Amino acid sequence: MSSRQLTRRVAVARLGAGCVLVALAPLCARGGETETMSVIRDTFGDVTPKTGRITLELPPLAESGNSVPLKVSIDSPMTEADHVHRVCIFANRNPRPLIATVIFTPQAGKATFSTTMRLSDTQDVIAIAEFSDGTIWTEQARVMVAVGACDTLQRRF
Amino acid sequence: MPNTRVRVPNTAKAGEVVEIRAMIMHPMENGFRVDSQGTAIPVHIITDFVCSYDGAEAFRVRLEPGLSANPTFSFFIRATQSGPVDFLWQDQDGTITKASASIEVT
Repeated sequence: MSSRQLTRRVAVARLGAGCVLVALAPLCARGGETETMSVIRDTFGDVTPKTGRITLELPPLAESGNSVPLKVSIDSPMTEADHVHRVCIFANRNPRPLIATVIFTPQAGKATFSTTMRLSDTQDVIAIAEFSDGTIWTEQARVMVAVGACDTLQRRF
Repeated sequence: MPNTRVRVPNTAKAGEVVEIRAMIMHPMENGFRVDSQGTAIPVHIITDFVCSYDGAEAFRVRLEPGLSANPTFSFFIRATQSGPVDFLWQDQDGTITKASASIEVT
């Protein structure tokens, strides 16, 4: 009787451990917020960006993570003396957080661009802009993703 | 040869900021997909996109696998004089694809 009880306990414990592993596995496979922070630090150095000057236009809910429209508008006169130098877009739970780096010149006239990107999961999209005077500004927006790009693309074999 | 599509207005007033659109047909394989045999498809992406206006670089993007297939960009340039608008895409193997249009400033 006692040996049977022990077996059951062991079985329950293993089942519990298994559930934890299954729950954690996708998190391990994807990049996390900390990885995103380290990528941002590698890109921009050890700075604290100020919030503002950037407008992110993203759908609040994206049906498919394979193609999420993104529009970034930055408040800048775009003159030789005062313009946006570069903008980096990050998705903080993608396997590779950096999505694109856009480099503007004063010839651009307007610091605005739009494109489409892949998102693996519901997460925050972060834009960080470096201006010609060296100041760094940031903005972020949350996107709910119904079917992530990775859900259909993960290795399942 | 990859297929590209660009949209540049034919005419613009001097100083006007005009919208440019550029698209290239490309799978942008992100390296996470597998084929029917279960083997991983290697990363195959466009790494650089440059738009030059009248010979000077106006807009550049460094692309990562996080962008969708057939990457499309919409952006702006300030039309100052009549001249060519050149587009260049470079993929990870160094293959360069070009497209060109011209804008007439009145």
